[in-house]
Amino acid sequence: TGKARLDEADLDRIEEALITADLGPAMAARIRDRLAERRDVAANGTEELRQIVADEIAAVLRPVAEPLDIDAFPRPQVILVIGVNGSGKTTTIAKLAHLFQEQDYGVMLVAGDTFRAAAIGQLKIWAERLGVPIMAGPEGGDSAGIVFDAVKRATATGIDVLIVDTAGRLQNKRELMDELAKIKRVLGRLNPAAPHDVVLVLDATTGQNALSQIDVFREVAGVTGLVMTKLDGTARGGVLVAAAERHGLPIHAIGIGETMEDLRPFDADEIAGIIAGNIR
Amino acid sequence: MFDSLSNRLGDVFGKLRGRGALTEADVRAAMREVRIALLEADVALPVVRSFVDQVTELAIGQNVLRSVTPGQQVVKIVNDALTEMLGSETAELDLAVAPPAVIMMVGLQGSGKTTTTAKIAKRLREKERKKVLMASLDVNRPAAQEQLAVLGQQIDVATLPIIVGQQPVEIAQRALQAAKLQGYDVLMLDTAGRLHVDQQLMDEMQAVSRTANPAETLLVVDSLTGQDAVQVAQRFTDQVPLTGVVLTRMDGDARGGAALSMRAVTGKPIKFAGTGEKLDGLELFQPSRIAGRILGM
Ligand SMILES: Nc1nc2c(ncn2[C@@H]2O[C@H](COP(=O)(O)OP(=O)(O)OP(=O)(O)O)[C@@H](O)[C@H]2O)c(=O)[nH]1
Ligand SMILES: Nc1nc2c(ncn2[C@@H]2O[C@H](COP(=O)(O)OP(=O)(O)OP(=O)(O)O)[C@@H](O)[C@H]2O)c(=O)[nH]1
Ligand SMILES: [K+]
Ligand SMILES: [Mg+2]
Ligand SMILES: [Mg+2]
Repeated sequence: TGKARLDEADLDRIEEALITADLGPAMAARIRDRLAERRDVAANGTEELRQIVADEIAAVLRPVAEPLDIDAFPRPQVILVIGVNGSGKTTTIAKLAHLFQEQDYGVMLVAGDTFRAAAIGQLKIWAERLGVPIMAGPEGGDSAGIVFDAVKRATATGIDVLIVDTAGRLQNKRELMDELAKIKRVLGRLNPAAPHDVVLVLDATTGQNALSQIDVFREVAGVTGLVMTKLDGTARGGVLVAAAERHGLPIHAIGIGETMEDLRPFDADEIAGIIAGNIR
Repeated sequence: MFDSLSNRLGDVFGKLRGRGALTEADVRAAMREVRIALLEADVALPVVRSFVDQVTELAIGQNVLRSVTPGQQVVKIVNDALTEMLGSETAELDLAVAPPAVIMMVGLQGSGKTTTTAKIAKRLREKERKKVLMASLDVNRPAAQEQLAVLGQQIDVATLPIIVGQQPVEIAQRALQAAKLQGYDVLMLDTAGRLHVDQQLMDEMQAVSRTANPAETLLVVDSLTGQDAVQVAQRFTDQVPLTGVVLTRMDGDARGGAALSMRAVTGKPIKFAGTGEKLDGLELFQPSRIAGRILGM
């Protein structure tokens, strides 16, 4: 019977578009194969092709779209924010704080990055703009100590959400990863449920290395969810598709700019549409 | 960096070398594997495509397949093409202009511009005894100017005093003035991170470039970058007269595709590799050594 299928040229175009969106050759080939098997699709033109691909990708992403909810009891809910250098951690913290403030939660920040030059100053300016309290020690100080104090203070003052900034670190640096594990342990000393969330911040411009970032940070620090930043450029963040299949970790939100308003919930259909938009 | 790309290519080469005779189909099969290895390493698709086409044509076109050691020869063709893709020579900074020689750093948000500014300043001061002034034109990111000032103290290099509210072009003018009056050899301009699609900020970058007339304009690129490297490199190349590229975070475990793509897309040499957060984490980029590492030689 004449059931419709995609032809080889369509499949080639799809595969290349997925690769340029950073899905990686293996994931791109898997989606190509899935579409090649389907007997219920054919495309008349690029727009239709995009829709077919967007549907396929959205099906992978939908199960992981999950906002970051504040539901810890007792309070505060402690959110540890981690990732490689420059991925957008500190800015994402400002954005999350703004979001939680809008939801009427009391927020406190803690400057756990005592290493990078003016990292504390950067977070302080955000705290000031947000009008939220911040705990910070001296530059070069001990980050485990300051985050411990912050949990104590946040608990005593009835804060709903405590967000912990950390220094950027590459996942292949053993010593720095050990330090992160230590920060995490220290957070749990006063309240064994803390940190309630361990959010890994990924930069959308990053390629396949993002998968290794998830693997290692997950192992060392027990990542509970992802945020992807810098989706306001031309990077599509296609590694999230491979990540969703491999890890199934929740994706909480995306960053689309440098102000505190530039955070959006992760919408599987929207991202799938953006990725499929690469089909020419 | 590069290890897993090197292993993948090593497997392909091993198979090729192990064969007595080779057919065109064998070569094409091997090139499909090379293609996947490069894509897994995040080499940009257009670069991979032209690389594979070129190598395939050479390998099946000449008398390679009829030679006594076809496998060896195909491997050599791939090796040579890869080495060429990275560029062959180390490229130093070219600061042979009437002082102050201006070095302007540009790139995406978070790529490592500010850190690299300080690293280069430190290198110029210590290795070449240059008198260096650094100025931050970043009026966007919170505490960006403070960040450069702190780094300047760490390496004992002067930074332009911060005047709150001044805009990038004005800061550049003031920095030039100060560098001239105070006899600096080199003026380093750190700029705010910007997206290549943000035309307003790209215009600002061009205005600064016209004002400062840099001897070197370096695009700072994260070596963890994926396929977007092409768009970024093309747009920056189109809009500002780049003289070179710096690849940061080479101390990571990425497979190094951005290193391979950058030269091909910008046509400019990769001058430095950033190899750590610390300010001595900067090396001259040595293409032949990198090619050697990728090819396992
Ligand atoms: N365009 C864009 N820029 C972003 C986004 N998120 C963060 N940035 C910018 O990226 C740069 C790095 O952001 P930070 O928040 O300082 O990153 P970080 O991970 O804290 O960096 P380190 O602490 O140095 O490891 C800054 O210039 C931010 O303004 C985003 O969603 N879009
Ligand atoms: N591991 C490693 N980290 C680096 C390297 N270069 C920079 N970094 C880190 O990357 C992060 C961002 O570096 P910055 O120099 O602030 O980047 P930037 O491009 O100036 O960022 P914006 O001004 O926000 O656009 C910091 O945490 C740096 O310590 C490098 O070569 N290796
Ligand atoms: K980056
Ligand atoms: Mg930070
Ligand atoms: Mg900077």
